[in-house]
Amino acid sequence: MPEDKVMNIVVCIKQVPDAESVKWDHKTGTLIRDGVKSVINPFDYHAIEAALTLKDELGAKVTAVTMGPPQAEEAIREAMSMGVDEGVVVSDRAFAGSDTLATTYTLSRAIKRLGDVHAVFCGKQAIDGDTAQVGPGLAVRLGIPCVTYVSEMEVINGGKGLRLKRLKEDGFDMVEVDFPVLVTTLSTLNTPRVPSLKAKMKAKRAKIPVWTAGDIGADKKRIGLNGSPTKVHSTYIPKFEAKREFLEGSPEEQVDALIKRLKEAGVI
Amino acid sequence: MAKVNYFLTEEQQMIVDLAHQIAVEKIIPVRARLDEIEEFPWDIMKDLAQADLFGLYIPEEYGGLGGGCFENCLAVEQLAYGCIAVTTTFAASALGAYPIVLFGNEEQKERYLSDIASGRRLAAFGLTEAGAGSDAAGIKTTAVEDGDYWVLNGTKQWITNGGEAEVYTIIALTDKNKGARGASAFIVEKGDEGFSFGKKEKKMGLRASATRELIFSDCRIPKDRLLGRRGAGFIIAMKTLDLARPGIGAIAVGLSQAALDESVNYARQRVQFGQPIISFQAIQHMLADMATQIEASRALVYAIARTIDAGEKDISKLSAMAKLFPTDVAMKVTTDAVQILGGYGYMKEYPVEKMMRDAKILQIYEGTNQIQRNVIGQALNKEYARR
Repeated sequence: MPEDKVMNIVVCIKQVPDAESVKWDHKTGTLIRDGVKSVINPFDYHAIEAALTLKDELGAKVTAVTMGPPQAEEAIREAMSMGVDEGVVVSDRAFAGSDTLATTYTLSRAIKRLGDVHAVFCGKQAIDGDTAQVGPGLAVRLGIPCVTYVSEMEVINGGKGLRLKRLKEDGFDMVEVDFPVLVTTLSTLNTPRVPSLKAKMKAKRAKIPVWTAGDIGADKKRIGLNGSPTKVHSTYIPKFEAKREFLEGSPEEQVDALIKRLKEAGVI
Repeated sequence: MAKVNYFLTEEQQMIVDLAHQIAVEKIIPVRARLDEIEEFPWDIMKDLAQADLFGLYIPEEYGGLGGGCFENCLAVEQLAYGCIAVTTTFAASALGAYPIVLFGNEEQKERYLSDIASGRRLAAFGLTEAGAGSDAAGIKTTAVEDGDYWVLNGTKQWITNGGEAEVYTIIALTDKNKGARGASAFIVEKGDEGFSFGKKEKKMGLRASATRELIFSDCRIPKDRLLGRRGAGFIIAMKTLDLARPGIGAIAVGLSQAALDESVNYARQRVQFGQPIISFQAIQHMLADMATQIEASRALVYAIARTIDAGEKDISKLSAMAKLFPTDVAMKVTTDAVQILGGYGYMKEYPVEKMMRDAKILQIYEGTNQIQRNVIGQALNKEYARR
């Protein structure tokens, strides 16, 4: 990374259906998206706050990037009202049907167009897909280190790197890493700031660029459905059925009956 | 929901949205705790600073947004929807800053306003004393010239933000024999020699706000801290209060709206005699009166705030009306809210008992409602004499 340039921070955000207003079609097993409000994915607010914290401490330009339909510019404006400097909507019909592989490829092309990047922040996962794959996948395609599930962050090495607490199921890791790095954020990392009036007014007037597949020089075979090996055959709500049966007789008879049932069920 | 169209500009709507967001996300979750332990809401003040709200009423050349009385009313109404103790803390800083905005010289404005606009320094206003409440002319605090200094002696009472604020606008007597022209306004800073604070008062409501005595004992301040001209102290105080009173009306509207929302939501889900209590006319009529009086209050406050911003100079009567009616409504509406919630309303698990305790101060501070009626009555007498 060039040392003399202004630090470049990217924060990736996603518009998701508002969990409070979303409804479920039980017949088809799909979400009813009509009339549902879109909001910024809750974890992404913590990514925005992390980027802004770094900006406050080290001075930086923070750019928010979102991939989605043109109306996703509302998410960019909201991020800008919190203090993000600029934003880009990556949007093209050719991106429709992207799985996480195609999405990370597309985002990586957009971020490369922004120039040298010191840090990329993503929420740990989006509450609609819940895959938690976009952050790590994006790091791979950008060719930079990735630290996931971060709950504490501290600037080290005189502003050249970060000390991060990565939460795991069985404890945590303390990771020290130099820039550039991609970080995925937990909600315990910080408290997102409230928007400011001045930034809100600026965001309202801002022109948000929309980048198409052509603008980011994307390979057509790697975007949208073409670039998505994931095929969804069907979605359904799992049914949980339970039967109960009392095994009677002497203890020996009960044991024999139990072993028979377990063998039938393929457990033993 | 059928809402009255008050024809807000895009920027005014942004102020409403932002202040409401802060009320819902930052104030409501902590208000009961702040009330219980009487904690000064510093965290929320930081949020308000981050949101640029302290700069709302400060001119743009000093880092503010250059808004008027109306913009301030819109903001405090929404904040008061969350908690009026927090809102009073915010509004008291405006009360301390207005004299500098209205009467400060260029040097004073540069020195203080940008820090107040950014929220780096909180302000406060000191007029009231033990023997001078409604009778403001009864103040005893003195300021005597001594070379390049003014020396202040006396005690101010019940000063909101006392001890927490950094910048204080103080009214003190400079010429005891000149009556109404005998007082002057001064800027005193926390840390000035001879300036200290009394104990924090325990209050019925408004418990998250800090209320303290300001004690001046041979407090020496440089001469350039005189605000406006010598002898203009009471004029400065009255102009400041005239500008601030619609804000108290707006706080009352926000508080009343919160009490109505709690009441309707409760009445819709509380079942007695086999049906939700909102199906009973006794409840419906109470709610109908509450909603109507709140909307009337809001319309009055907005119309008068806009009249003030349009440049009307003779505003004492109007600003008294904008304070009087909504605050009396707030007392009634919050009392009725407790009645509708019944036993639950009296319990601290529900927010309406706090709303009722808090509402009472609105009829008392920034001029009791009896004084507001005096102002309106005297203005009527004058107006009709001129006809």
